[in-house]
Amino acid sequence: MSDLENFRLETREWLEANCPAEMRKPVRDDDDVYWGGRRATFKNDAQKAWFEACRDKGYTVPAWPKAYGGAGLSAPEAKILRQEMAAIGARPPLSSFGIWMLGPALLKFGTEGQKQRFLNEIARGEIRWCQGYSEPGSGSDLVSMQTFGEDKGDHWQVNGQKIWTSYADHADWIFCLVRTDKDNKYKGITFMLFDMAGAGVSTKPILLISGNSPFCETFFDDVKVPKSYGEDCPGFVGEINRGWDVAKYLLGHEREMISGMGGGERTAAIGTAMKRHSAKTGDDLDPMLRAELAMFDVDALAFTAMSEKFMDEMKSGKGHPAQPNMMKYVGTELNKRRHELMMSVGGSRSLEWESEETRGGAPSRDWLRTKANSIEGGTSEVMLNVISKRILELPGA
Amino acid sequence: MPLYHSEDQAMLSDTARGFMADEGNIANGLRHWRDRDCPDGFGHALWKQFAEMGFTGMLLDEADGGLGMGHVEAGIVLEEIGRNLTPSPFLTSSVLAATALKHGSNDLKERYLPGLIEGESVFAVAVDETAKHRPDRITTRAEKSGNGFKLTGAKSFVVQGASADMLIVAARTSGADDDADGITLFAVPKDAANMSHDAVRLVDSSMATHTRFDGVELDGGAVIGEVDGGREVLNAMLAAGRIGTAAEGVGVARGAMDMTIDYIKQRKQFGQVIGEFQALQHRASHLYSEVEIARAVTIKAQQLLDEGAESADLMTSVAKAKVAKAAGLAVKEGVQMHGGIGMTDEYDIGLYMKRDRALQEFLGDAYFHANRVADISGY
Repeated sequence: MSDLENFRLETREWLEANCPAEMRKPVRDDDDVYWGGRRATFKNDAQKAWFEACRDKGYTVPAWPKAYGGAGLSAPEAKILRQEMAAIGARPPLSSFGIWMLGPALLKFGTEGQKQRFLNEIARGEIRWCQGYSEPGSGSDLVSMQTFGEDKGDHWQVNGQKIWTSYADHADWIFCLVRTDKDNKYKGITFMLFDMAGAGVSTKPILLISGNSPFCETFFDDVKVPKSYGEDCPGFVGEINRGWDVAKYLLGHEREMISGMGGGERTAAIGTAMKRHSAKTGDDLDPMLRAELAMFDVDALAFTAMSEKFMDEMKSGKGHPAQPNMMKYVGTELNKRRHELMMSVGGSRSLEWESEETRGGAPSRDWLRTKANSIEGGTSEVMLNVISKRILELPGA
Repeated sequence: MPLYHSEDQAMLSDTARGFMADEGNIANGLRHWRDRDCPDGFGHALWKQFAEMGFTGMLLDEADGGLGMGHVEAGIVLEEIGRNLTPSPFLTSSVLAATALKHGSNDLKERYLPGLIEGESVFAVAVDETAKHRPDRITTRAEKSGNGFKLTGAKSFVVQGASADMLIVAARTSGADDDADGITLFAVPKDAANMSHDAVRLVDSSMATHTRFDGVELDGGAVIGEVDGGREVLNAMLAAGRIGTAAEGVGVARGAMDMTIDYIKQRKQFGQVIGEFQALQHRASHLYSEVEIARAVTIKAQQLLDEGAESADLMTSVAKAKVAKAAGLAVKEGVQMHGGIGMTDEYDIGLYMKRDRALQEFLGDAYFHANRVADISGY
C-alpha cells in the first residue's frame, strides 16, 4: 500500500474517532461556526471537543509547518484530509481570517519571530483577527486609501477610518493598511498589526439589507501602533511603505477563499436537494424551474472540477498567478444564482423574515447576503478587468 | 490523480498539437477537401498518418495492437483536432467504434481491428433514427434468421457514413421500441446487400448518410457482445463518444477564442485597438472563464471514465452540456467581435461556428445532457 493510501486510512480512522456526530451536520446558525479569540465561547461540548482534537493534531491549519501549529501535511495529504472531511460532512474546526488571510501573508512575508508568535496564536484559536482594508472613499480603488500613520520614532500615530471590516466588533487584533507616505501612492502603504483593545480604536456595526451586521465601520483616533513587539517581531509585515505588495498577495488568497463558495468539494446537484425540499412541502417542481436547476447544476458541477483543477495547479505551481480572479468571479456569480433558485423553490415560505420554521428567515437573509459576494474582495467587474489585463493581456486594461 | 496533464500527457499534447497544425490545419484540411467537394470530407492520406502516429488505435488494448491509452489521451488528440478543425474519422472510428469493438469476440477483433488500427478502414456508428439524439428509443430491428439475423429499419445522420467501410449498428432484437433491454450491436459491412445510403453534406462540410436496411443478412459473427445485452456496450460507446465530442468542442472553443483575442488586439477603430474597450474586455474575460471551466470538467470526466468511477456517467453529461454552452459562446462572440469580416467565408472564424454547431448536436445537445443530469441526480 502506498504512503498516501495509508494516510487516507489513518485519516479516516482518526476522523471516525475524533469528529463527534453533531460536528458532521451542516452548519445552520452563526454560532455553529467557531471563530476562536479571547472572548470566544463554545456552543456545546461537541464543538469544543472537535476544535481541541484538531488543534492538538495541527488540523486547524493542516498544511502549515508543525513549528507554527500546523500538521505539516504535503499538498496531496492535505487534499486527502479535505476529501475525507467532506465525505463525512465534518465542519471546519476553526474558522478565522487569521487562517485564511493573515497566515498566508506571514508565511510568505513574515519574520521568524512573527511566525512563531502570530501563527501559533492563530492555529490555536487564541487570537481572532480582522482585516482593515476598505475605506469610505476607497472601495474598488483600494490604493487611494487615506488612513494615515504619522512616524513618531518607535511607533506610528494612526488616524482614519476603515469600513466593511468583517466582525471587527468581535476581533482581538487587526491587520491594517495604513498610509505612511502621502507622496507615494503604491509605495507609501504599510501593512500594520495591532491590538484592537488599545486606546483610540472603536467599531460600529453596519446594518445590512439582510438585517444582520457582519461588517463594521472601524475608527482610529490617535492609535499608537508600535514598530516592534520584541526581538525579530516587527509591528508590520514585509517592509515599511511596501505593504501594497502584501495586500495584493493577500487579495489573491481572499479571492480563492470566496471562490470556494460556488464549488469547492461540493459534488451534490442542487436539484436533488430542491426536489427533496419541494416533495416535503407538497409543491411540484415547475418544469421550467427544473430546467433552470439542471442548467445551474451543469455550471456548478463543472465548476467543482474547475476548483479541483485550480487547487491542484496552484499547489504544483502550474496555474496562472491571476487565476484566483477568475475563480472568484465565477464562484460568486454561481453562489448568487444558487440562492436565487433556492428562493424560487421555497416560494412564499422563503419570504418569511422571522419565523421559527425558517430559523429566523435564513433563506431570505442568506439570499440577500450573497449579493455582497460579487462586491467584497474585488467586484466581478474588477475581476474581469484583471483577467483582461493579466491573463488575456488585452491592451489598456 | 491531480486534475491536470501528467508529463507523458503533456508530451503527447505537444506532439498532437504540432502534427495537427502541420498536417491537418484549416488550409490543407477542411478548406482543401471542402473546396474540392470531396465526397468523404477528409483525406485518406492524413488518416494513414494518424495511424503512423499511433493515434488510430490509442484506446485499444496493447494485446489487440493498440496503445492501451485512456480517454484523457484520446481527448488530447481530439482537442487538437478541434482547434484545427481537422476533418478525420478519429471520433467515429478510433473512439466510438473502437470502444464498441473492445466488447466484441476475439474473432471479431481479429477481423476488424487491424484495418482500424492501420487506418485502412473507416468506421461509422449508426444509432440515431431521428434528427435528435434519442438512444433510448431504437426501432431498427434485427430478426433471427437461420444462424444469423435480418436487419430492417433506418438510421439517420450517420456521421462519416459516406466514407465508412463498416457501420456499428444498434438494433432491437427483442422487446418494444422504448425498452432498455433487447438491444444488440452489430458490425455491418457497408457494402452488404439490401442496404442503401443517401449521403448528405452538413453545415460544417462533414458528410453523413441516411441509411436504410431492407432485410440485410448478417451472420452470428457480426454480433458485438451479447444478443439482447447490447445496451451496456451501447452506453459505454456513447460515453466514450460524448466525452470525445466534448474534448473536440474544447479545442474548437479554444481555437475560436484565441483567434478572436488575437484579432481584437490588432483591429483598430476610432483611432484605437478595439481590445482596449471595456465592453469587449469583460466579454472576452467571461468567455475565457467559461472555456477554462469547460476544459476542466472535460478532463475530470475523462479521468473518471478511465478510472471506471460511478460518477463518470453524470460528469460526462455535465461536460458535454458545459462544453456545448462554452464553445457556443466562443464561436458566437468570435463572429460578433470580428465584425463584418467574421461573416465572410474567407475568414476562418465562421468555420469554427459551423463545426461547433455540428458537435453540439452530435450525441446529445446541451438540453439533452442537462436533462440527463437532472435524471441521474433524481429530480
